[in-house]
Parts: sequence; structure tokens; C-alpha cells
Amino acid sequence: MAGGKQATAKRAMRWSWNDPHLRSLIWQVAALAAVVAALWYFAATAHENLSRQHIATGFGFLQNTAGFGIVQALVPYSEEASYGRAFFVGLCNTLLVAALGTMLAVALGFAVGIARLSSNWLVAKLAAVYVETLRNIPLLLQLFFWYFAILQPLPGPRESLTLLPGVFLSNRGIVMPGVGLTGTSPAFLAVLLLAIVASFFVARYAKARRMATGERFPASIVNTVSIIVLPGLVWLIGGAPFTIDHAAMGKFDFTGGWRLLPEFLALLLGLALYTAAFIAEIVRAGIQSVGRGQTEAAHALGLSNWQTLRLVVIPQALRVIIPPLTSQILNLTKNSSLAVAIGYPDLVSVFAGTVLNQTGQAIEVIAITMGVYLVISLATSLAMNLYNARVAIVER
Amino acid sequence: MARRPSPLSRIFPFVFGLLVGAGALYFFLPGPGSTVSKPQPGQPAAKAAQASAPQGATLATVRARGYLQCGVSTGLPGFSNPDDKGVWTGIDVDFCKAVAAAVFGDESKVKYRPLNAKDRFTALQSGEVDVLSRNTTWTMSRDTSLGFNFAGVIYYDGQGFLVKKASGIAGAAQLNGATICTQTGTTTELNLADYFRGQNMTYKVLPFEKNEEALSAYDSGRCDAYTTDASGLHAQKLILKNPDEHLVLPEVISKEPLGPLVRQGDPQWEDIVRWTLFALIDAEEEGVTSTNVDQMKASQSPEVRRMLGTEGDFGQALGLSKGWAANAIGAVGNYGEMFERNVGVKTPLGIPRGLNALWRNGGLMYAPPIR
Repeated sequence: MAGGKQATAKRAMRWSWNDPHLRSLIWQVAALAAVVAALWYFAATAHENLSRQHIATGFGFLQNTAGFGIVQALVPYSEEASYGRAFFVGLCNTLLVAALGTMLAVALGFAVGIARLSSNWLVAKLAAVYVETLRNIPLLLQLFFWYFAILQPLPGPRESLTLLPGVFLSNRGIVMPGVGLTGTSPAFLAVLLLAIVASFFVARYAKARRMATGERFPASIVNTVSIIVLPGLVWLIGGAPFTIDHAAMGKFDFTGGWRLLPEFLALLLGLALYTAAFIAEIVRAGIQSVGRGQTEAAHALGLSNWQTLRLVVIPQALRVIIPPLTSQILNLTKNSSLAVAIGYPDLVSVFAGTVLNQTGQAIEVIAITMGVYLVISLATSLAMNLYNARVAIVER
Repeated sequence: MARRPSPLSRIFPFVFGLLVGAGALYFFLPGPGSTVSKPQPGQPAAKAAQASAPQGATLATVRARGYLQCGVSTGLPGFSNPDDKGVWTGIDVDFCKAVAAAVFGDESKVKYRPLNAKDRFTALQSGEVDVLSRNTTWTMSRDTSLGFNFAGVIYYDGQGFLVKKASGIAGAAQLNGATICTQTGTTTELNLADYFRGQNMTYKVLPFEKNEEALSAYDSGRCDAYTTDASGLHAQKLILKNPDEHLVLPEVISKEPLGPLVRQGDPQWEDIVRWTLFALIDAEEEGVTSTNVDQMKASQSPEVRRMLGTEGDFGQALGLSKGWAANAIGAVGNYGEMFERNVGVKTPLGIPRGLNALWRNGGLMYAPPIR
């Protein structure tokens, strides 16, 4: 069958309806034309109707002054900034919560998934209770729980709890001393960068040596020390040029310092804990898909439980885990749009909320928002697919 | 060995799909260049007719449907609020009833669409509601670039602040550095930014999608102040745990003329909504109330006789019956009655007439004459 197809493809194309190759080409071009025509028709109809109803159209509004405030901005933003800038602020807030949420959810999900298979009865049952509770309660309710039931009843800023010296927890979030990067010497950054780059080479050397001689080289310890100690030395030699910005009590609230908003904490906790429950099940399924014989063989070779898990079971389980894990990461990113319910200024809240209301240009704003989520999702998928290709079974 | 499928059977699913798709396109879309699309069976006629909305289309659609679709808030005491039995009350709801009474002679022919601040404009643009009577501020951009026309002002409002008495704040000037909760999708975020920029003060704003959540965050101490229109502050103070512990600051930082609005492009419908509002205000000026409207038809005053349809036929020009204004006034009373029943000093909101008094009593309520 395969040989026959190749022969067909290699034959010179005949300009005849009886040539299946040419015929399929014509159909494909026709289908593409139909799709393009339909899209163009939708756009033209929308434009015509909008202009007949005197509704403003176009993307020029992105340059106009936004005029409203945003409570958390990772990039410089003020009321005088443009709507385009406000969009960027919302996008960064979405990416921040999605990235941190993904890291937390994957770490916690792996831990809970492995714990569910523990031979310790209590650990296994606790993990099962966690999974069954969190994945069966709607996420929005969990967000409300974290925000309105856990973080809101905390004491006000004046009566705030002191977690560590200088770190305060109140219903205004977690306030901590800010570390000013002003005055940081270029030498410090250069050494830090150098240590990070060097750690990759150390890891590669360690692996090559183990493969060649079977001897272990403590790469992780060496790298940790070099990344922390070397820049630290440079910092001390340079006279410790950091400014610490302590939070001070103002009229209403702490001023200065670094702050984690309760909205951000509630969203991050809700997203990570909810998604981790799903990831735990994926991890459990992946581990259970690896044959029992693999574990027994590893034990027979003298590997410890932890080594068996890390070197034998998980690498094989990853092939099963990665594709559904990708879906969960995408879900987490998209679920972050629930932020608007608890007042976190994410993309949907800032752009598809306030900007949409102020400009009234629903089609443009919603199209941009949809496009952004599509791009984020496709980029995540691409990265995960590349990783999946690396861990997939190499067929010989 | 499998037989090679014939080319026809291979392309059949595709051709079939294309035909179905083309058929769907043909049936569900108006042809290019056509100005009015055919109403589709099973779809409300409003959906199909609203895109172009020629003269009289909205009135015809409302009449054919048999009831008025009125966009209201999701719950703001005094303006539009459902009680525990699902019965809507409030000054905005009364206005919906007045329009229904003017169109049908029956104020019960209204269906209320609760809309949050974010969705209200899309709902009106897309024809889900015929009139938006939802404490909406009349601003230039909404009037000119959203494709709406405001019919008038039913309540002169302004944005204010609600704070806890315990905080010791007595004026808006003391709010420097405060965190302020509000509802997203309203004019409040912009006013807030303008006010604090103008006063050279800093603030943090926390916008929530729903009023209830913004208020709950304020109540629990997440925010130092809550901001919305002053009328809304008086109304929402009542739902807090301890209303007496809160204070509405005296400052009003913006002009918020609230009024009903309709889609641009149907002047007849716009006139119906506008003149229903004017008739209610004129009725207060002429002393026509819901209780005396029938006796007043025999009044000697030419103004009253014209308004109530005893003399002339002003309803005809609107496409309505002679008794349009009498029906509206009979259903909900004049503007003063609506105000006192829903938000006035004898209600839990306890708002004095202030700017909303008649012009001759020192307020801003002034309607053009019916003649």
C-alpha cells in the first residue's frame, strides 16, 4: 500500500480530472478558498453593521490614554499610559500567575501522585483524600474559599502577624523587605551568570565520567556551592552594595517593601492546588503503567527505592505522563482568567474588563484576548511537545 | 488485499461537508448587500431586525413579541432589585413599567434582564434588550462611539466614597494612600484615577467583577474605602453587616447623570422612551399622580389635557395610543412618586430630592412641554 502511494506521487502530474493527485489539489485549494471567503465575509459583515450602528472600530484605541489605575504592574505603568500598555500589564500578570502556578502544581502533583502509591497507609490515604476533594470542587468556589474565607478574615495591617522579622501577613497580603538592585556591581552579575553557565558544563562532565568509569561526581553540590558562594564573595568584596527597603506602617497600610497581594496569593493557591490534584492522578497512572518487573529488576540490581523511582520508573513513566500533563498546564493558564472574580488584575480583568468597558470596542478587545490565550497555549504545547519528543521511546 | 477505494467514495465526505456548509451559510446569513435580513424561524425577530433598525423597527418588534425587554442591574436596592419572590422593584424598574404601559397599556408586559456592568452595553447593541434602564451614566463616549442614544436623565448622581467610621476619615482629602474597592466595567475607575491625580494623591484600586464581591472585600477590611455612585453607596450600605459603622463621605467627585438609553438609528423608539420620561416629570409639575390621573383627564388645564390625551393626539406621532402618557402615569405615578417610593427619605435609602427635585424647587428636573 505504502509503495503504491509513493509510486503515485512520483508519477508526473497529468492535467486531467482522472489524475487523483491533481484532483485532490483542486479540492484542497477550493476548500481553502471557501474558508478564506467565509472569514472575509464575516469580517466584512461585522464591519458594515458596526459602521451602520455608529460603533467605533479599528485598533487605534490602543494608543489612547488609559486613565485608570492597576494595583499590580510588573512593568512601569501609570494612569497616563496607553491602553496598549495596560494590555501589556495585564498580560504580564497573567503570565506571572500561570508560570508560578505551573511550577507549584507540577511539583505538588508529582509529590502527591507518588505519595498515593506509597506503602505507608496513612500517606497513601491522605494523598487520595487530597485528590478526591480538590478535583471535585469547582475551581471558582475554591478561589472564593481561599480569598474570602482564608485571606480576608486575616487581621488588618496594624495587627498583622509577623511571620519572620520584617515579614508581615495581613489582609493586605504578605509584605516583606524589598531588596534594591540599585548599586549592584556588573562584576557580581557577571560572576553569577558565569557560575550558572559553568554548572551546565559540570553536569555534563559528571554524566560523561559516570558513563565512562561508573564513578559518581557530586555535581549538584558543586553547582549549588559555586552559584551561591562565588557571587556572594564578589558581593562581599564589593562592600555588599545592596539596599534593603523595609516596609513601614503608613496611614492605612504598609508602604514600601515587596508585597504579595492576597488576590495573587488566592489565585496562585487555588490554581496550583486544583491542578495538582489532576496532575497527581496523571503521575499515578504513569507510574502504574511501568511494569512491576522493572521495579523488581532494579531492586535485584541493588538500587534503593529512591534510585529505582528516579532512574528506572519515572523516566519510563514520563512517556505516559507528558501528553496529559500538557493539557493540565494549558488548563491552568486558561483558568487563570477566573482572576476577575477575586480582583486580581489579569489580562481578562484589565483588558477584556476595564479597557473593553471604557472603549466599548468589544470585537477588537475580545479578538486580541482570544489571540493571546491561543498564542500562550500553542507556545506551551510546542515546548511540551519538544520535551515529549526527548523523553519518548527511541524506536530502533 | 484491500480494494483501492474509488475516487468518488474518497471525495464524497468532503463534497458532502462542503454542500452542508454552503447550505448553512446560505440559510443563516443575510445575503451581501441586503439591508434587512429575513427573520429566521425559531429565532426572536429582534435578533434579525436589530442590525439595521430602520424607522419603527423596534416598536414593531416589541409589539410582535408582546412584551418589552428591559435591561436592569443585577441588584441595586432602590434602582432595580428583585425581592425574595423575584419581583423587581426600583426607580429604574418603574421606568421599564412606564414604557411598557405607554406601549401596551399594561405595565406588566416587561421582562427584566439583569445585566452586570460589563455586559450591559453588548446586550443593548446586540438587541437582547430594547431599552437599558440600569443606573447608567450618560457620557460622551457612550453616546457617540458605542452606537447608543441616551433618552434623558432619571437621576442626577455623583461618585462618592464609603468608609468605616472607626477609621476616623471625615473627608475624601484624607484618603491619600488608601486602597479602594470598586466594580469593574463602570465609570468609577476612571473618575477615581482623575480625582486622585487632580488632588496629587496616591491610591490603589481593586476592581471586582461583581458589586457583591467588591463590597464584601471592603467589609472585611481588604480596602479602606468603597466607591460607586452616591445613591449606590446609600443603597449598598444597607446590605453590610453593620450599616451604622459606615459613613458616606460628603464629597462627590464626579457628575453621574443616570438615564435610560436605546440603540442609535431608530428615532421613533428613542422618542417613545424619551417622552415617556418627560411625561413622568411633566406630570409631577402639573400635579398629575397615579391616583388622580383619571379625574385629571377632565382638568381645565390645556397642558394636562394634552398630556393625558383629552385634547389632541400626541401619541399618534409616537406610533402609540392617545392615552400613552396617562397609562404610564397610572401605572407608576409621576416622577416624584417614583422617587419617593423607591429611594426617597421615607425608604431605607433615605435620599433627599436634592438635585433631583423639580426645577422650580431648586433641582435639575426640567422636562420640555408636551404641545
